[in-house]
Amino acid sequence: MIIDHPLLGPRDAAEFVYLGDASLLDRPHWQDPEAMGKFYEYQYLRENPAGELRELWYHEQGDRSWLVVTRDTTTHAILCVELAREVARRQQVSN
Amino acid sequence: MSRQFRIGGGLVDPGRIVSFSFDGKSMQGLHGDTLASALLANGRRLVARSFKYHRPRGILSDGSDEPNALVELRSGAHREPNTRATVVELFDGLEAYSQNFRLSLNNDLNAVNDLLSPFLSAGFYYKTFMWPQKFWERVYEPLIRSTAGLGSLSALPDPDCYDKGFLHCDLLVVGGGPAGLVVALVAGRAGARVILADEDYRLGGRLNCESNSIGDQSGAAWAHQAALELALMDNVRLMPRTTVYGCYDHGIFGAVERKTDHLASSKRLPRQVLWRIYSRRSVICAGATERSMAFANNDRPGIMLASAVRTYCNRYGVACGQNVAVFTCNNSGWRTAADLERRGIRVAAVIDTRAETDAAPNVDARIIRQGRIVNTYGRKALSSIRLEDGERLPVDCLAVSGGWNPNLQLTCHHRSKPQWNAELATFVPGDSLPAGMAVAGAAAGVFHLGEILKDAAVVASTVLDELDLGEVDLQLEEAADTPYRIEPLWHIKSRRRAWVDFQNDVTTKDIEQSHAEGMQAVEHLKRYTTLGMATDQGKAGNIPAIAIMADLSGKSIPDTGTTVYRPPYTPVAIGAFAGRSRGPAFRPVRKTPSHRWAKEHGAVFVEVGAWLRAQWYARPGESHWRQSVDREVKATRNSVGVCDVTTLGKIDIQGAGSTTLLNHVYTNGFSKLAVGKVRYGLMLREDGIAYDDGTTARLGENHYVMTTTTANAGLVFRQMEFVRQCLYPDLDVHIISTTDGWAQFSVAGPNSRRLLQKVVDPETDISNRRFPFMGCAEITICGGFPARLFRISFSGELAYEIAVPARYGNSMMETLIKAGEEFEAVPYGTEALGVMRVEKGHFAGNEMTGQTTALNLGASRMLSTKKDFQGSVLARRSHLVDDNALGLVGLRSRDKKDVLRAGAHLLRQGVEPTLENSEGWISSCVYSPTFGCYLGLGFINRGHDRFGETAVAVNPIHKSEVSVTICSPHFYDPDGGRQRG
Repeated sequence: MIIDHPLLGPRDAAEFVYLGDASLLDRPHWQDPEAMGKFYEYQYLRENPAGELRELWYHEQGDRSWLVVTRDTTTHAILCVELAREVARRQQVSN
Repeated sequence: MSRQFRIGGGLVDPGRIVSFSFDGKSMQGLHGDTLASALLANGRRLVARSFKYHRPRGILSDGSDEPNALVELRSGAHREPNTRATVVELFDGLEAYSQNFRLSLNNDLNAVNDLLSPFLSAGFYYKTFMWPQKFWERVYEPLIRSTAGLGSLSALPDPDCYDKGFLHCDLLVVGGGPAGLVVALVAGRAGARVILADEDYRLGGRLNCESNSIGDQSGAAWAHQAALELALMDNVRLMPRTTVYGCYDHGIFGAVERKTDHLASSKRLPRQVLWRIYSRRSVICAGATERSMAFANNDRPGIMLASAVRTYCNRYGVACGQNVAVFTCNNSGWRTAADLERRGIRVAAVIDTRAETDAAPNVDARIIRQGRIVNTYGRKALSSIRLEDGERLPVDCLAVSGGWNPNLQLTCHHRSKPQWNAELATFVPGDSLPAGMAVAGAAAGVFHLGEILKDAAVVASTVLDELDLGEVDLQLEEAADTPYRIEPLWHIKSRRRAWVDFQNDVTTKDIEQSHAEGMQAVEHLKRYTTLGMATDQGKAGNIPAIAIMADLSGKSIPDTGTTVYRPPYTPVAIGAFAGRSRGPAFRPVRKTPSHRWAKEHGAVFVEVGAWLRAQWYARPGESHWRQSVDREVKATRNSVGVCDVTTLGKIDIQGAGSTTLLNHVYTNGFSKLAVGKVRYGLMLREDGIAYDDGTTARLGENHYVMTTTTANAGLVFRQMEFVRQCLYPDLDVHIISTTDGWAQFSVAGPNSRRLLQKVVDPETDISNRRFPFMGCAEITICGGFPARLFRISFSGELAYEIAVPARYGNSMMETLIKAGEEFEAVPYGTEALGVMRVEKGHFAGNEMTGQTTALNLGASRMLSTKKDFQGSVLARRSHLVDDNALGLVGLRSRDKKDVLRAGAHLLRQGVEPTLENSEGWISSCVYSPTFGCYLGLGFINRGHDRFGETAVAVNPIHKSEVSVTICSPHFYDPDGGRQRG
């Protein structure tokens, strides 16, 4: 696969490490009254659909950016690539 | 070569005779021959034995689809089994051997299987080798193994080398036949960066094998000229002898190029190169493969594909027989008859299965319409065939055409479903091709040469459009051809066996039986009968098998469907995938900065991940590792020792947010750590399990240096980048890995300070008062060289770690040992390091197993309640903080002579030694020269409350039961007076 890195352009997937569902960006607050349940879901109940998925890739053999890659897991078509930091910023503003 | 068979002409060079041997018999061929064409030129019919029934087999085809003519090439370590003779280029000195027989090719004892065939039908394994169970391993397995497989490996290391490479292009053209050449010419002239790959050594595809012309040139001459033009274009890379074996995501293709297989010796050059080709667009021009028909005894040597008979005649100037019959259900078979007659070879009959044919019967041969062959004769070579009306025709070669299948494999590697085309009676590529791919020519189901050229030009101009490259006007010449027209005949029913898959000996009876036993899906048929497996992957047999299955089930052929196509298209040597990554180069070796010094001083090395670390330093006279290790421990504890600890991960953390980052990844707080101080930190995973630990030094207000365990250096760094970028996106903090940047040495023992005072520049006072336990500083040593000094101890002694830029690492080791001569300083390795850490009661990798918690490790007090950290919430899960939890303890044998072993179970005294009664285990165990006995660390239920109890360490593997005392893990200097002194 080729991932179009927002800063470095198209890079071979072999340069990356895969982590999975990008919901890992939404870490619950430790003092939330429901923290135990929310962390349980955060840690264990992540999506793994056949189809479109926002997922985390780490450019380990490159610039060490964490990326949020939107990919169709059935065709490997990559629909969108963003810096995870930008996505996290957006989410933290909207939260 | 026999004049009888070598009729001359073609694309071989009669002036260059090539000598080779087959089964030890010397033969001659011509330059340009394949092994198959040379064997045929020598009149060789029988070349192989079939897989299961050991039937005599000859050459069936002329290409990579060959199911029969598998041979072993070369000898010794160079031996290569299961090579298709039809794609082996002949070279001087080539040695080839037949395979898969017991005794000899001519007299194969295993041919008895043919007589036993009623008992060896599909699924016989599953039915035959069931009872008695005692026979499974002792009788059945050795029996099956001895007959399984075809050729045999040399069982020696592969003496050749293989390379890997990467290529980039605008357009990859797969196949160099008429379609591929046109596409490459159009794209090449338009300036596109083109790669044209073809598995043959000569570009042209079927143009080299057929007699039709393009314009006023022969097809082969046209192809030669096209190849010459392409070769002169800088933007075109021609890759003959290259098989594109797989289509991967986003325009990436795998290809294997055979560099020296056609030479007698590789002369140490890479034998093959595995290419990864990145393409913006691809056009598959892989052509088509002819299939046979299933009729009784259709597998005898001399029964060949009609196209192959034509190829051997036209391209190699070889007659496959002196008296040939053609058996066809479509017009292309007629070409064989016409070509053979033109070369003066007698054609006994053209047997067309159809009632009406529009193929101009431009042949002198007898024509039999609606013909059916009901049996064939001749055990080791075809002698005659029988027709439906009982007539027996004596022939020595039967050319069969059951129709053509487009080579659409690459179009299906992304699970695209091929489409049934009733007019062509075959599957053609479907609509949903992999992104960027197009198909042209015969691979797309266009079988008329003139139409192929036009189709390729249209596809090429579409691709150029997509690539934003200009139009090119290609003057296409007319090419004469006959229309294809097929009325498929899959199977002529008979009570005799009719082969569908020659390679796996799958007959129509097997398909019938498989269907009768309930294998209704085509994938089940494949697994039950082994249809379409092995080197040819069903190139010839799959479509007829599907058609026969459809007939049996009453379903249509498209409803029956095909099996899944997966890479590789043809077999690829494992060596090519390995490339240079084998033996010592399997993966990079990381050497510590003092590696050279260690090697010069008797170090025995141990692999720690990719690292090589000194395990101990053997001195003259020491014959057992324990002698060296005991000495190193004693010398360190009594005076001073030096150990290279560079492999621990080092992460440099800078920025205003550094403390926040550390507070997130570590369970304990770092806000109050003063500049110039070091703190131990414990790290959990988010699920609350202990993950890593290490020390972190605060070198400045916003500057820390963290250490990790050797194993987790990369993973902790990755996690910290995740925290930094994904959880704290606005935090002002940067991290870099400096593991390889700094060489670090532990200097441990009561004389460590005095040793270091000789090395550290006088400006730095390292007295206990000015540089106490857990202090750190950036200093200079040896007259101005930069260094970092940390007063930390893993051994429990007064100890330091000193770091210098990695390039000084080797001389640092040398300097420390030299400066320590007066104290009899020793270098020590990882074993002594491990002994001392167990004596001191530090947990390490054996204890942080990924299943233990801070509570288990006796470190629950390190879990801050005042802040969030990675794992803070899930570590509090009820079952992880259970009162009955395992606790880390020390273990000491009650009798000093007893040997403790890691892995032993811990049980209460007096209970049965069963797994149910096991309460824990010994995780680490060493012989302690300090205490003169074995010491262990381990886990046992409620461990911290059980100090003083006696337990039994049971080791069923060594059949030992040792009485042990549970105690504090801190055996050595539990108050820590020595490390603080």
